[in-house]
Amino acid sequence: MAVETKRRLLTTSKAIAEGIAQEMERDPAVFVMGEDIGAYGGIFGATEGLLAKFGPERIIDTPISETGFIGAATGAALSGMRPIAELMFVDFFGVCMDQIYNHMAKIHYESGGNVRVPVVVTTAIGGGYGDGAQHSQTLYGTFAHLPGMKIVVPSTPYDAKGLMISAIRDDNPVIYMFDKGVMGLGWMTPNPRATGEVPEEPYTVPIGKADIKRPGRDLTVVTVSLMVHRALDAAEELAAEGIEAEVLDLRSIVPLDREAIVESVRRTRRLLVVDEDYRSFGMTGEVIATVVEGAFDYLDAPPARLALPDVPIPYTRPLEQYVLPSRERIVTAARELVAGR
Amino acid sequence: MLSEQVQLEMHHQMVRIRRFEETLQQVYMEGKSPAFDIAAGPVPGEMHLAAGQEPVAAGVCLHLRVSDAVTATHRPHHIALAHGMDMQRMMAEIFGKDTGLGHGKGGHMHLFDPATHFGCSGIVAEGMPTAVGHALAFKKQGRDEVAVSFFGEGAANQGAFHESLNLAALWNLGVVFVCEDNAWAISVPKEKATAIANNSDRAAAYGIPGVLIPDNDPVAVYEAAGEAVARARAGRGPTLIEVKTDRLLGHFEGDAQIYRTKDEMETLTQRDALKLYERRLIAAGTLTEDGAGQVWVAAQAEVDAAIEYARQSPYPEPEAALLHVFA
Repeated sequence: MAVETKRRLLTTSKAIAEGIAQEMERDPAVFVMGEDIGAYGGIFGATEGLLAKFGPERIIDTPISETGFIGAATGAALSGMRPIAELMFVDFFGVCMDQIYNHMAKIHYESGGNVRVPVVVTTAIGGGYGDGAQHSQTLYGTFAHLPGMKIVVPSTPYDAKGLMISAIRDDNPVIYMFDKGVMGLGWMTPNPRATGEVPEEPYTVPIGKADIKRPGRDLTVVTVSLMVHRALDAAEELAAEGIEAEVLDLRSIVPLDREAIVESVRRTRRLLVVDEDYRSFGMTGEVIATVVEGAFDYLDAPPARLALPDVPIPYTRPLEQYVLPSRERIVTAARELVAGR
Repeated sequence: MLSEQVQLEMHHQMVRIRRFEETLQQVYMEGKSPAFDIAAGPVPGEMHLAAGQEPVAAGVCLHLRVSDAVTATHRPHHIALAHGMDMQRMMAEIFGKDTGLGHGKGGHMHLFDPATHFGCSGIVAEGMPTAVGHALAFKKQGRDEVAVSFFGEGAANQGAFHESLNLAALWNLGVVFVCEDNAWAISVPKEKATAIANNSDRAAAYGIPGVLIPDNDPVAVYEAAGEAVARARAGRGPTLIEVKTDRLLGHFEGDAQIYRTKDEMETLTQRDALKLYERRLIAAGTLTEDGAGQVWVAAQAEVDAAIEYARQSPYPEPEAALLHVFA
């Protein structure tokens, strides 16, 4: 394209904070509450700078009372606000899940569509940095299993901002999950893919539309979030050996873009699903079932998957690295799939 | 001294509720005998009736506008009616009909009514944080609406109770927390579940007023609620009100109540707050025997009309089960 555009690079966390800020400027009903989201800016930076911009009435540091303030988000939404509530780590959902899956997510249905609950719950997911079994999970499969919540899992700064704006404007509960590894935080292992071009003006990325992050002809790698980065790294290595992997970033788990999955696999005829969540009863199984239903006759090989074996996430580095999908493991799985082994 | 109008309106609301609950009790048993089958009849599922707890609903809700938010429990009918919910659409929802508040998707524990800003849920203490959020929204919007959260004494042992009281106190929100202490959490008596005698004492832990109404008296509830609602409207923060009330029926219909003695049931019947209140009004000359009779007849007619409406209404199409997951 010959059009001159000003390139502006942001980390994912700054892109998210910018999306929230622009919606708060546009709509006085939007506010944020959560633990350490004020002066600290959110443990993973998703609300950095917002307190200075909007003050403590709209950027509310809460007590450690997830049931209380996430439940309050539901009430505030029922009375005309559009709250964003941050659950610091998704692993903490156990202390407040009743308010989320049993109340927030069901009211619209129970009311026969007469009541709307526009809440965004932001939460950090993901491991790989030695934080142990209670601070490293992704759990989007757990949430996605329960009806009534949209589940957004961005991988790039561009998508993160556009999906945040879509999430805030959505009239449904949206669980917005950011993997710590995609945020571009200075205190995490550097990840060049966590920084990218982000337009200054507000824009939306539709919830429920997957995105081909790299086109390819030999296999489709379906994944989300940080594993998109791993898959892109793997795809570069595979390309050097003549294997062209298509990387399909789902971007949201609910709604799941089944059409995009089926369309891609019908072209490439091979499927590898890569997931940082637990293996059984989760995203990998759902994607494979989708392909079995919609592209079975097109498959040249049985679908393959990489996911966390069904164990709690171990602390020590060699064990944690053993259970997490990695570039190397994706490369190996892709080679085997293409070789028909 | 309350105005005659208020006294009579409380009586009227209590009678409406009593007739609603007792008539529904009979309808609920249709198709469920000789062998009780919870899934059978025009009204399936659990049915939690609030006969005996009318003073709480009448005494509090008379202070409310329909724009005030109310959250209630698995035993919600008395509060919904006193707050002004349309009885026909409410009954149709209980019958699972398409004309119901939620097109039959909610049922009696999940009544949501935008017209009266009412919601309830089947999980103990679940509505308490919701009420905090309503009040937070009102404060942000600069409105003087209040939020009222009704809950049972069993709910006061849930974390949600404590988190909600702390948040409402911390943020100085216009919430009135109303504890309906009917002494029983299903089959477990209060003294076996709660370390202190009066939950209103727990208000002290959050630095807010705690008011104890010891005797299921609608006038006492009305007066305490008036103060609490005025305080909330004026932006002076939350109040916890505890009413010692009576559950005249089982936890749900079909509950044989093997955990309660005949003596206790007899005592409860003797001190039925509605009957006592009615006698008081008649003794004071506020109400005549005839006048009282007319209130009961009119209430029965209203309930019968609601039941007829519900019976005549169509069920939703089965495929409607797939609608309304998302807006």
